[in-house]
Amino acid sequence: MELLRTLVLSVAVLGTAMTIVAYLTWIERKVAARFHNRVGPYYVGWPHGWLQPLADVLKLIIKEDLRPRRADALLYELAPVLVVVPALFGFALLPLAPGLAVLDHPYSLLLFLAVGSLALLGIFAAGWGSHNAYALLSALRSVAIAVSYEIPMILALLVPALLAGSFRLDDLVQRQTGGAWFIFAPVLGQVSFVVFLLAMLAEANKSPLDVVEAESELIAGYNTEYSGVKFALFYAGEYAHTLALCGLAATVFLGGYLGPAFLPGPVWLVLKSLALFVLVLWIRWSFLRVRIDQVLRLNWRFLFPLALANLLLAAFFAVRTR
Amino acid sequence: MAEAPLQVVERDFGELAMHMGPQHPSTHGVLRLTLRLRGETVVAADPGIGFLHRGVEKLSESLGWEQLAPVYERDDYVAPTFNSLGFCVAAERLGGIQVPRRGAWLRTLTAELTRIASHLVWLGTWGLDLGGALGGGTTLYMYCFREREKILDWLEAHTGTRFHTNVNLIGGARYDLTPELARSARVLMNGIEAAIPELWGMSGDSSILRDRTRGIGVISPELAQAVGVTGPVLRGSGIAFDVRQAAPYDAYPELQFDVPVRREGDAFARFQVRMEEILQSVRLVRQILDGLPRGPIFTRRPLKNPKASKLPAGEAYAAVESARGELGFYLVSDGSWRPYRLKIHAPSFANLQVIPHVAPGLLVADLVALLGSLDPVLGDVDR
Amino acid sequence: MGSLDLEALAQGMGGKVHPLGIDVPREALLPALTALREAGCRYYLLCTVTEVASGFEVVHGVRDVEANRTVFVKTGTGKDDPRVPSAVPVFAGANWFEREMLDLFGVVFEGHPDPRRLMMPDDYPGYPLRKDFPMATPWGYRPATDAEAP
Repeated sequence: MELLRTLVLSVAVLGTAMTIVAYLTWIERKVAARFHNRVGPYYVGWPHGWLQPLADVLKLIIKEDLRPRRADALLYELAPVLVVVPALFGFALLPLAPGLAVLDHPYSLLLFLAVGSLALLGIFAAGWGSHNAYALLSALRSVAIAVSYEIPMILALLVPALLAGSFRLDDLVQRQTGGAWFIFAPVLGQVSFVVFLLAMLAEANKSPLDVVEAESELIAGYNTEYSGVKFALFYAGEYAHTLALCGLAATVFLGGYLGPAFLPGPVWLVLKSLALFVLVLWIRWSFLRVRIDQVLRLNWRFLFPLALANLLLAAFFAVRTR
Repeated sequence: MAEAPLQVVERDFGELAMHMGPQHPSTHGVLRLTLRLRGETVVAADPGIGFLHRGVEKLSESLGWEQLAPVYERDDYVAPTFNSLGFCVAAERLGGIQVPRRGAWLRTLTAELTRIASHLVWLGTWGLDLGGALGGGTTLYMYCFREREKILDWLEAHTGTRFHTNVNLIGGARYDLTPELARSARVLMNGIEAAIPELWGMSGDSSILRDRTRGIGVISPELAQAVGVTGPVLRGSGIAFDVRQAAPYDAYPELQFDVPVRREGDAFARFQVRMEEILQSVRLVRQILDGLPRGPIFTRRPLKNPKASKLPAGEAYAAVESARGELGFYLVSDGSWRPYRLKIHAPSFANLQVIPHVAPGLLVADLVALLGSLDPVLGDVDR
Repeated sequence: MGSLDLEALAQGMGGKVHPLGIDVPREALLPALTALREAGCRYYLLCTVTEVASGFEVVHGVRDVEANRTVFVKTGTGKDDPRVPSAVPVFAGANWFEREMLDLFGVVFEGHPDPRRLMMPDDYPGYPLRKDFPMATPWGYRPATDAEAP
């Protein structure tokens, strides 16, 4: 019975998540278009192109499945899977209602971060296995960035865990009832959120910190040699990873499924995640790209000390109030 | 039949030899940079050109004088008017042909409008290079091209085509200006001037752009002169040379304008020079509209039979200041109905030469910023 | 930066003055360019070649930016085996211009550090800008690999 319940729930969550991921591309194109004073997708699914994601997915599925002659077969074929699965795993951990998540684990926050880091392996496998100099450069950059920006991300997320006394995501949400969202916590909430936001931009490869797939320098980065379904997996994986991180931020900082009763909890979670996603888009479409050594310098000279100081302050505060 | 010969790149152990190949989003055309990289740092960069070579100089030896002016507009296809203008000025110098004042002023008008349009393309594509097609660079690109569309619409109303406008004749301009066009040109200039602060805010004020372009690709004045770079690249290195002031042609002797110069020689200096050139071009267009003389616009009607018009024998060199630099035509004529030899000094060709001197030590991202700041157009380089 | 007396310079090199600059014999090309550079013409403009009845005329253009003066130094070679000294030791900017001329005319620039073809493919037959080279390409349609050949 437990198994059946988990199965049904995971199918529901996964299905919803992937549909939202598909329409995230539509949201991105529309939001970007408004920033550029133009309309965006319009004719496919007239008006306003709401069938555009379907058209894109169908096009990618019917393309030829190719592999460069000298690419490493195992790494090349395995990489898209390694990128998509950790992102999807994140959706299983997010609490949808009090006590309800596909996987309700006492250390779900740490599990989310740990499994999410596996995506780096996929990116590097793609970069190395493609036998392409541009992909290799991109893979090198992604290793440097993912490893570096994990640290402030974890330090920023440790602060609410420290103040809540638990690593379970549902406990973190429960501590934010009554409108006391963590982002409103004086100093600690805002600093943690900003650090997490910057780290999320780097991890999810969004401008201004998107050196990994810097289109103007490295063609398409690690997925230069990919097309068809494998490219669709990378593409969806990137959006899924972003959405999962936005979902995590919504859960930890913005109260997750909490909200006025006229909408059910999961809907609130989705709305907050989408709001954060639009914020990420706003940042993405407004700024030029920071160079790789400047990205790393930003991390080690600014974000890491800031996150560390923030954690120390939180520890001090936690001891004082216990 | 064998495959095309492979290129062998000598490299040391630990270096990655890579082609930033002819197909690349940021090489501004079909330019192949053979790079030797150590990690992300460029050890050596060797530009390879010729992918867009169309044999324009050979073609010039078989077409008549009147037929040739539109051909050169395909060279530097981003700022097309300057090419045909350079040819016409050189041919007029060779043949001692006088251009009526109104024709000269009209040629200058389209030239300055083309300069603004070309600089807008440069800024937008530089934004794409620096910011990526999926990010803030595209925003800058869209805003620049929106302004440029207004200029192209005006050119279409004036000449019939947006781009390769074919306005320059040997001996004058082809199309005359009506009062409505003059009025709409003034409105256009007001719009451009109002849009520049917005574009500056998206680019020059952005600390990301400053961090990415300050100190990148510094060209010292000595190197600039020895290699022979030209245009905003030369003026960004502190050398105040502008063909419009050194060897004035058309309406420039009678117009007032400043030539922006910067001393630092880096990519940001070249950026500042080009942004100020846009404002100076706006000032020039307004002066032309205010003081446009009356009279005919050409002295030689374009002849239907190309073999009927001849220019005297001799040699001449004449240059115009294109958006990219000094666009010079070295003309050798033997008195017949077509040129004997025509050599084009292409500004992008001279500017690209500086890359092997300046690239070592840059990161790959800086190389892209450097290329954008040199603003090459491969049609101009390869002819 | 002394003043530039083209007449004296041409006489000293054994050449003559012409409307655009000076005309010197082949051996005096590098000394003339060096003298011009010492006199202030430090900006390199272009190098071009014109095929004439007696051979090839090689023209280098240099400029004195401060004095705003452009001087074209012309020299001639014979028809068979045309060779001139390369100007790259004097002006770094001559590099690509001379490569283009050796590519399109077949004039050999002795002492050039990198004498590769610039515009045309490395295995292109002939020199396109010569007067006896036809307008049509000698290759016709050439498929890229054996696989594509009909």
